[in-house]
Amino acid sequence: MATALNGDGGEIRSGLVACDQLSLEEPIIALVDYHKGNITSVERGLVQAGASVVVTDDPEVVAQVAAVVLPGVGAFADAAATLRELGLDRAILEAVERGAPFLGICLGMHLMFEGGLEHASDEGPVPGLGILPGVVGPLEAYTPEGQRVKIPHVGWNSIDETALAWEEEPLLAGIQPGEYFYFTHSFCAPESAYSLTHTTHATPFTSAVARDHRIYGVQFHPEKSSDPGARLLRNFVSLVKAQ
Amino acid sequence: MLTKRVIPCMDVKDGRVVKGVNFVNLRDAGDPIELAAAYDAQCADEVIFLDITATSDKRDTTIDLAARASESLHLPYCVGGGFRSVADIRSMIKAGADKVSVNSAAVANPELIELASRAFGSQAILCAIDAKVVPGNPNKWEVYVGGGRKATGLDAVEWAQEAARRGAGEILLTSMDRDGSRDGFDCALTRAVARAVDIPVIASGGVGKLEHFAQGILEGEADAVLAASVFHLGELTIRQVKESMASYGIPVRL
Repeated sequence: MATALNGDGGEIRSGLVACDQLSLEEPIIALVDYHKGNITSVERGLVQAGASVVVTDDPEVVAQVAAVVLPGVGAFADAAATLRELGLDRAILEAVERGAPFLGICLGMHLMFEGGLEHASDEGPVPGLGILPGVVGPLEAYTPEGQRVKIPHVGWNSIDETALAWEEEPLLAGIQPGEYFYFTHSFCAPESAYSLTHTTHATPFTSAVARDHRIYGVQFHPEKSSDPGARLLRNFVSLVKAQ
Repeated sequence: MLTKRVIPCMDVKDGRVVKGVNFVNLRDAGDPIELAAAYDAQCADEVIFLDITATSDKRDTTIDLAARASESLHLPYCVGGGFRSVADIRSMIKAGADKVSVNSAAVANPELIELASRAFGSQAILCAIDAKVVPGNPNKWEVYVGGGRKATGLDAVEWAQEAARRGAGEILLTSMDRDGSRDGFDCALTRAVARAVDIPVIASGGVGKLEHFAQGILEGEADAVLAASVFHLGELTIRQVKESMASYGIPVRL
């Protein structure tokens, strides 16, 4: 079941009441809507994966839910500013701190990091949520052989293993290294101890991140990635229900 | 490794799929959403809906199509046709389109590409270019607008470069000489554009046989290949096309 709590302009329609009612039955996933694009596909993907979803831009709703999904397309600086204006940055951090599972998708994954260089000024990176260390930067455009690749990186590419144990991550249950997912982006997450998968365009980059087996970010779009994407979303919903 | 994409394109009129042969003689080929879901099952990498009758008063039909597509498709899709302003594009993105393609309006007002890519991200903005070889000069192509009816005097390669510079995320390049011909892509045109820009190029127009798809990638140096009738009429499946491409050593998702 899906419940939209906010209207077009971010106005809350009896949101907390609906949220309280739902929370009596089963864990709710907050799908954070920060007004930067359509999130119907993500919402539909989560609902089909068996989730109870509340679409919200209200920090007080995020404060009550069992898990948070942060989707996103667009530019880092703009999105980070909107999250702060709406007070969603603190709410998301508090949710993560209290142990709620988290999934950032594409720009939502970028926002998990300390900062981003997209549309940043000379003063340095624009601050992100800081759930993970490092700065989001532009994709490498040249292969080690000096060949230029096309950017944005658009299309289906495979995810491969890193030093992190694939089989210990519930998000990847039933998904094999080498599986294809749909990507569309020009910036990418930094390499770190939290890099869960690699994908190669000009050079390998971090295409998924994991922390504490419950905080995840994916560069690709599971909601647009056919059956493997549906599997990943089901895995996340199962994780939420198992908490 | 990034795979090369195979994209079925649906020309949509009044909510139904049609395919023009040289932009006239339309044939009905079904419900766009049903067809797109069938292509998803065949391993299509994305789909494009081109609204060929898009006039402002018919806009709602296409917005409704995009909304239905977001509800039921599990793959990315692009909607094209008739966008005149950022507001037009916004309504389509809000309805759920992952990408929109702009064509005539971008030629008339190139700033539209900048405004739209700034508002929705480059990944959401395709610049569609319809090009025709300049008579007597086989290595020059002129841009046409208005569904291929109006010459612009613009050089296709230069216009592609400008579109990329202004923030387009991809070029959807159609050879008008080849469209409907079944003679294969215009690989010289595709290669000229693909080499001139740093953004992905989708080759379109002219597919008739299985090997044409691999030619578009290998000779045309395209990042993606698009076709319509051969798929809609059931002559080839996406899977057959991808298996053929793979036999030429092209990376595809199967």
